Formats: sequence, structure tokens, C-alpha cells
Amino acid sequence: MTRKRISLRQELPLLVWLVIVWGALWQNFSAGNLLFGALIAVVVARLFYLPPVELGGRFNVLRAVPFALVFLAKVVAASFQVLYLAVVRGPRVISAVVAVPLRSHSDLLVTATGHVISLIPGSVVVEVDRSTSTLYIHGINVRDAGDADKLRKEVRDTEAGLIRIMGTRAELSALKQEVGA
Amino acid sequence: MSPETISADAVIDTVSAVFMVVGALMSLGAAIGLLRFPDLMSRMHAATKPQVLGLFLLLCAVGLQLRTWWVWPVLVVAWIFQLLTVPVSAHMVGRAGYRTKHLHPELLSADELEAVVQQAAGKRGFTDDDE
Repeated sequence: MTRKRISLRQELPLLVWLVIVWGALWQNFSAGNLLFGALIAVVVARLFYLPPVELGGRFNVLRAVPFALVFLAKVVAASFQVLYLAVVRGPRVISAVVAVPLRSHSDLLVTATGHVISLIPGSVVVEVDRSTSTLYIHGINVRDAGDADKLRKEVRDTEAGLIRIMGTRAELSALKQEVGA
Repeated sequence: MSPETISADAVIDTVSAVFMVVGALMSLGAAIGLLRFPDLMSRMHAATKPQVLGLFLLLCAVGLQLRTWWVWPVLVVAWIFQLLTVPVSAHMVGRAGYRTKHLHPELLSADELEAVVQQAAGKRGFTDDDE
């Protein structure tokens, strides 16, 4: 086989996730069931081999919890906003497709940023330019350049939050310099 | 039953009732949005997004009503899978819609992708899509 072996440490988050799903589906978190789930997880990960996700090597839980809470608050606020737009503005709603260049070139962070932005109502990722790591985002109710700037800032703030949670050290220090400047 | 347990039950019932009504309201919002928004892209907002909150609230209500701890992991897994799949489907439909020009340029205040697409199409020698 020519494919590169990935280390167990790199694979561990995936295996843990598979075991959690196994336990949740059986609704049984006893040691025997989890052990059997772990066995199946290893077999599945070996048989159905996928390209490994390149993790940044760090995960900051203290940053992740507030990020998740802010995310949930944003989802609630934006859901009601879209509801309001649907009822009041309706067919006269003005949107825009905005290009947002991201700082990071890691696939994981670009994907995570796109996901978080897509989950917050009011913005959909239309196109991704991987070579320049630019997201093209369709934002609803973006009526002028000021609104577009606001959307751009929100996307870049989201990315900054994700870098603080799980970006590489190089990305983190670059972000700190940018904020400090 | 002592009055305290009854009031705790009442609180849980009230909270889950509120969650269910608001969750259903989100689905209603999605339906209204699908009807009233003008083009495919803005309809995608209505079609995909309110469920993120709607499903979250409904799952919370289910979890509160069943009152067994082992149902929570299933609900969390269900919601996480929703979080993972919704943006992908929204992106695929939005992207296909943009490429096949299912949009109203007059309803866009800015389109920063158009120039890029034009440039890329010019480089590859395409003039326009055959429509």
C-alpha cells in the first residue's frame, strides 16, 4: 500500500466521535458496549479510509464554550430576523453576494467558518475559492456597502474565533499581531 | 406528590410548551419565506435556516418531556448531524442556482462573484452558458 499511515493521535478524535455515536444510537453507555463500539470504530476507520483531517494540534475549550453560546444566540436572533423579513419585506428583499477573503488557508478552518456562517440565518456560502481561501457569501437584506462591510466583518470575526479555538500556533500569533496592530 | 414536585413538573411542561410553539413558528417562518422571497438564493435562507433553531427547540422539548438522561445523547447527535448537513445542502443548491443564473440581478445590491466568474470563463474561452 502506498497511502500514508496516519498516527493514532490524529485519528483519535474521529474514533472517539464514532464511539459516542455508537453509544448514543444504542442508548447504552456501559463499558462493554463502548468497548465493542471502539472495536467497530477502528475496523470502520481502517476499511473505509478517508483522507485525514489536518487538525491544528490544539483545542481551546475555554474559548469554545463562549463561542458556542454566542453562536446559539446569533442563530436565535437571526432566525427571528429572517422570519421578520419573510413576513414584512417578502418579495422586496435586497441581497448581495459578498467576497470575504479569509486569513487561514487550512481546509478545516475554511470549512468550519463556512459552516458556522451558513448556519447563522441570513448568509449562505455560494462559492469557495480554495486557492485564495475566499468565501463568496450570499447575504440576505444587504442593501448597501455598509451592510456588506458588516457581513464581511462578521465572517472575519467568526474566523478569528475559530482560530482562537483550534487554529495552528502560527495562525494564532498572526491573528494576535493583527489585533494588536 | 408534594407541591414542590408539581411545580417543577409545571415549569418543565411550560418550558417545553414554549420551545415547541417557537420551534413550530420557525417552520412556519420557513414556509412563509419560501412563498414570499423573490429568488432561489433568498428562498434558500428560508428553506434551510429556521430549522437549525426549530429542530433545536423541538429536540429540547422532547428531551424535557421524556425525562430520561439516555435520550439526550441521541438528541445531541441528531442535532449535530443536522448542523453538519444543512450548510452543505444549502451551499450545493445555492451554488448550482448561481451557476445556472437563477437569480435576479436587480435584487442584488452587490455581486462580487460575477466579475470573478466572468474572468474565469474568459480565460477558459467560454463565452456564456448555453441557455
